[in-house]
Amino acid sequence: MPTLDIKGLTINAARRLLDEKEVSALELTQAYLDRIVSVEEDVHSFVSVTADIALEQANIADRMISEGVHGHLTGIPMQLKDNMSTKGVPTTCSSKMLEHFIPPYDAYVTEKLKDAGAILLGKGNLDEFAMGSSTENSALKVTHNPWDLEKVPGGSSGGPAAAVAASECVFSLGSDTGGSIRQPASLCGVVGMKPTYGLVSRFGLVAFASSLDQIGPITSDVEDSAVVLSHIAGHDQRDSTSLNIDVPDYSEGLVADLTGFKVGVPVEYFSEGIDSGVENSVRDAIKVLSDLGADIVETSLPHSAYALAVYYIIAPSEASANLSRYDGVKYGYSSDVAGSMWDALENTRQNGFGPEVKRRIMLGTYALSSGYYDAYYVKAQKVRTIIRNEFKEAFESFDVLAMPTAPTTAFDIGGKTGDPVQMYLNDIFTIPANIAGIPAISVSCGILDGLPVGLQFMAGALQEKKLFRAAYAYQQATNWHHIKANI
Amino acid sequence: MSKNDNITIEEVRHLALLTRINMSEEEIEQMRDEMSDILSSIEILSEVETDGIEPTGHSVDVHSVMREDISSDSIKLDEALANAPRQENSFIRVRAVLEE
Repeated sequence: MPTLDIKGLTINAARRLLDEKEVSALELTQAYLDRIVSVEEDVHSFVSVTADIALEQANIADRMISEGVHGHLTGIPMQLKDNMSTKGVPTTCSSKMLEHFIPPYDAYVTEKLKDAGAILLGKGNLDEFAMGSSTENSALKVTHNPWDLEKVPGGSSGGPAAAVAASECVFSLGSDTGGSIRQPASLCGVVGMKPTYGLVSRFGLVAFASSLDQIGPITSDVEDSAVVLSHIAGHDQRDSTSLNIDVPDYSEGLVADLTGFKVGVPVEYFSEGIDSGVENSVRDAIKVLSDLGADIVETSLPHSAYALAVYYIIAPSEASANLSRYDGVKYGYSSDVAGSMWDALENTRQNGFGPEVKRRIMLGTYALSSGYYDAYYVKAQKVRTIIRNEFKEAFESFDVLAMPTAPTTAFDIGGKTGDPVQMYLNDIFTIPANIAGIPAISVSCGILDGLPVGLQFMAGALQEKKLFRAAYAYQQATNWHHIKANI
Repeated sequence: MSKNDNITIEEVRHLALLTRINMSEEEIEQMRDEMSDILSSIEILSEVETDGIEPTGHSVDVHSVMREDISSDSIKLDEALANAPRQENSFIRVRAVLEE
């Protein structure tokens, strides 16, 4: 067998190798485990590596393949963000609070991917409880950007994005509450996709902000993104917000042509604070869309400017309620301080949570407290209505909107940790999609000083096919997604 | 020290009690500064005219979801207890709730 080169290997390419018996699932899995051993000391994208499980699943996958009863993901090695429950495998949320927590059940997405025969290599690092934009809030380790080890990978799904960028897995899953799939995908030069709210079940996803959280794929290219979404989308009665709709095959209808496609370019997403190199790269990318036949029209979404403020009321409010369950009694870290029940509870939460998590719990409790509830929480929900309606109206005229994913490329590790407000600005262009509940995707559209730039598309609710079509056509006409981190 | 005083030390101390986080005085002071800055950045919402606008709790229309009342298997006792920090005779052990 010739030496197996897994660098930048896509699901489709791996599928061909497996189907044509050029490589077995066991050999492919071992190649990724070897790759993890060789680069993980620099990247630190995994919280845990599940080598034994992976090799066992690979043997089963090989049997399925030889019996001809396999699907598109059978034998494909993957990672899952460590806030998705995996039965019998620690699920830490990169928090001291859950460092030794072993879930008694699988998340919906874990079940779906296991059933499809995908192989679990391990769990990806994140900002504690998915709160952050650099993965520096992880209580367990700091993940480094494979393009430049001095830079952050973005966050909160920094582990998954870095793992895909460093070819430590074929694909991973992230969760996106305000940009946590798309912003790290942008900073690591991979494809990150947030589906319509409700398309993917949140059952078994550790809750952060329940009206915003959504799981989605992080992959090497757009075709892979469509394949993974087709596997994880679908109705699940264990999530009461799960949409009961027929899920299409998102891989169908991907064509390298945008004739007649209407692309809106909202001026608010090219505002002050955006790096000029990023702006130029994204404007060049929009010219490519025009060359592919798309009608490009400048537009305006004036209330997008308020989305960040809405987010920093709604997300902490929901988080403060969701995280009240960590009491050190039923599971998780538990303080053994002497004293009463209250002493134990207060010390459990003091020692178990990191600074950003505490900040959001307190901010949310403040916004929900009597006297401030109307001024903050209800006000934010009303502005949310306006933002949502503004998008709805925009998608009456446009198939997709195009804009940057993040205002800058990857920044220095430690560069923004001292100023929460500066850190929050990383998500200024991604948050509006969560507030409106609409799907969005980030693809690489340039490299500045050795660091990738992200182009973002948004589409109307349940218009994932339009999103994939635009992003696919762009990748067919450009080469950025083929350029890999030199690690 | 933050330039803003949107929130007082006493309010932050009260929030620490409500959220049951045993913060040090130093942490409370730092939290006051950071929360003040965050609250300042949120103030721009007052520019938006929202009279007569209905609040949105969820971005999709969700209603109470009912299922048939059919019993099914749930996780077993030892699985449910496996993560409990303190246990005794198949129960989770807690500290005294009622104090003398």
